[in-house]
Amino acid sequence: MLELKDLELRVGTFALRASCDVDPASRIAVIGPSGAGKSTLLMALAGFLKPFVGNMIWQGVDITKTDPSARPFSVLFQDNNLFPHMSVAQNVGLGLRPSLRLSSEEAAKVDDALTAVGLTGVGGRKPAELSGGQQSRAALARVLVQSKPMILLDEPFAALGPALKIEMLDLVSDLCAETGAGLLMVSHDPEDAKRICDSTILVADGIAHAPTATDDLLSDPPEALRAYLGK
Amino acid sequence: MAYRAQQINPLINPWVGLGAAAMVAALILGTLGVVAIYAPEAGRLGASDWAAVRFTVSQALLSAALSVLFAIPVAKALSRRRFFGRSLLITLLGAPFLLPVIVAVMGLLAVFGRSGWVSQLLDLFGFPAIPIYGFHGVVIAHVFFNLPLATRIILQGWSSIPAERFRLSAQLVFSARDVAKHLEFPMLKRAVPGAFAIIFAICLSSFAVALTLGGGPRATTVELAIYQAFRFDFDLGKAAMLASVQLVMAGAAALFALWASKGQAGFGKGLDRAAQRWDGQSRAARIGDFAAILCASLFLLVPLSAVATRGIAALPDLPSSVWISGWLSLKVAMMSAVLAFVLSVSIALTAVRFAWVESVGLLAIAASPLVIGTGLFIVIFPFASPQDWAMVVTACVNAVMALPFALRILIPAVQDVFESYGKLAQSLGFSRLVMLGLVVLPRVRAPLGFAVGLAAALSMGDLGVVALFAGTQEATLPLQIYRLMGAYRMDDAAGAALLLALLSFGVFWICDMWGRRNA
Repeated sequence: MLELKDLELRVGTFALRASCDVDPASRIAVIGPSGAGKSTLLMALAGFLKPFVGNMIWQGVDITKTDPSARPFSVLFQDNNLFPHMSVAQNVGLGLRPSLRLSSEEAAKVDDALTAVGLTGVGGRKPAELSGGQQSRAALARVLVQSKPMILLDEPFAALGPALKIEMLDLVSDLCAETGAGLLMVSHDPEDAKRICDSTILVADGIAHAPTATDDLLSDPPEALRAYLGK
Repeated sequence: MAYRAQQINPLINPWVGLGAAAMVAALILGTLGVVAIYAPEAGRLGASDWAAVRFTVSQALLSAALSVLFAIPVAKALSRRRFFGRSLLITLLGAPFLLPVIVAVMGLLAVFGRSGWVSQLLDLFGFPAIPIYGFHGVVIAHVFFNLPLATRIILQGWSSIPAERFRLSAQLVFSARDVAKHLEFPMLKRAVPGAFAIIFAICLSSFAVALTLGGGPRATTVELAIYQAFRFDFDLGKAAMLASVQLVMAGAAALFALWASKGQAGFGKGLDRAAQRWDGQSRAARIGDFAAILCASLFLLVPLSAVATRGIAALPDLPSSVWISGWLSLKVAMMSAVLAFVLSVSIALTAVRFAWVESVGLLAIAASPLVIGTGLFIVIFPFASPQDWAMVVTACVNAVMALPFALRILIPAVQDVFESYGKLAQSLGFSRLVMLGLVVLPRVRAPLGFAVGLAAALSMGDLGVVALFAGTQEATLPLQIYRLMGAYRMDDAAGAALLLALLSFGVFWICDMWGRRNA
């Protein structure tokens, strides 16, 4: 279980409170108006923002002060998920060993991951030689080799076209199903949540609400969400 | 995001950079302190010292004024004319920055000297030659070096005026005078003081030009006076006193330059299409622009070709001492490049956390190599022969002199890397070494290569501290050329000057190419 205990996050004058339990094996969307603090919540979980007060507990262990790399999450940011001067295979290999001194087993793992995301044979290329969709796939291949219990997505597919975005969401969903990893995904589009997330955290008015079944939430939206959805 | 800078801290060890900055500050301020201790009580400056101060300020004022004055028509012409070789010419305008002073002086002597081309031409018509030694020569050499710099600064101002403004003024049927009043004059009002102040500061610390073309009671800069007090009279007290004067002047000029070049980018940004211009289509304007570009090109290129033509003939017969000096200069340049690399990278990394460390670069702008040299000489003298340390000192001082430029281009690049990839690196658990080796250095290779090349070229051509320290045995190539000139072996000097120019541009080119390869 991932427990957020009386968490309060502050950035400048902005404040966000969260106090709830999250099932780490489920797929959860984080939706809400822009500027509500969706990314702030994710960055705090990933370890880039020290909470003002409160704790984060993972399977009974307090991870509030743990280094970002030692947390049970792999993260995809809005952009800059790949190093442009490294090959795709190197970028994926970083998930196993930052020094890039890979054993032959580890190199094989990288190849497998590239195959799993549909990028067989492009390991030697630089990210700039790939399409936007392929770049997202390469970043997902790295998430795969990291094999952390939970994946955090901070709208990494926002720049892709609608069809490509759906393709990526389905790929993420498949990868989660295969590996058993949980998912926490920031999105401003309720359709994304409906497509692959069983439950949804609504972030609005300075509060991150407890996860609710996505269908229930969207069919009978509370006041804060109704304004955002325009219903 | 406000929390970003704080969060990438673990990837940087600030102590290395703080240590490097402290060493640079110690070198500059420590040597000054040593000099100050040796300086006798104030008020011992003699009439000749005040003459040096007056000469330094007046030649710098005139050099800066003339450079800017001539640069305006050249920049204007370059900004609105498209012609074959334009971009090459603009690239060449950057070359004097790397050109060793002694090489340029050789070229100017070949053109303006007593038996130079211009003098012969004047003689043909019965006019007297322009005196190249003394005040005139110093100013001509300074304009030669700084006209390109002023042109580039002002040209930047011209291209910062959005093309849309010129289109709009064409639409409104502005006359040339209207364009000048509404677009160009406001730009010049911002760009010119900055250019003037920078060139003034540069000319204030001029040593090599004054050493070769000046001298004597009426054409001695303070830097040169420090050297003479040292070399000829071994009067440490007087040298120290002059060093304090120089530091105050250079510091004030550097602050003035910083203040004057603030807020250069005053114009609102417009979408920058290939700047098409509608003004200046008249015949007179075309001829004027052509003349401005031609005159500037001749002024800059003829002296250089003079060195090249005379040098090529002398190159095969160069005495072995010149080659030995060339090799020595290469070693000094490499040492300086390595030092500049280490200093600038470690300080730039630290600047991501503590922006204020960049100000150590400012300190280096105000510092005068001769002051540092004086201080180091005083420190080294009791323990060892300063001559044995001449090359090390030359390499160190030049690395520090290149530091302000290196930091200026490196810090934004390093900052950008951390802003873009700091979080990713942290979430992947990069160590500091991995971050430096696999991410930062590969990402900033282009500006780094440029900065290191600059340090190498500057140190290659330096005729400053080395003149203060070097003994009779060892000499770097610039010093060797100076000695050949002093012995009136002008052919050998020309050959050596060509060699030096080739080496300077060569080391810069190699470093710059290294940075741009695969970038």
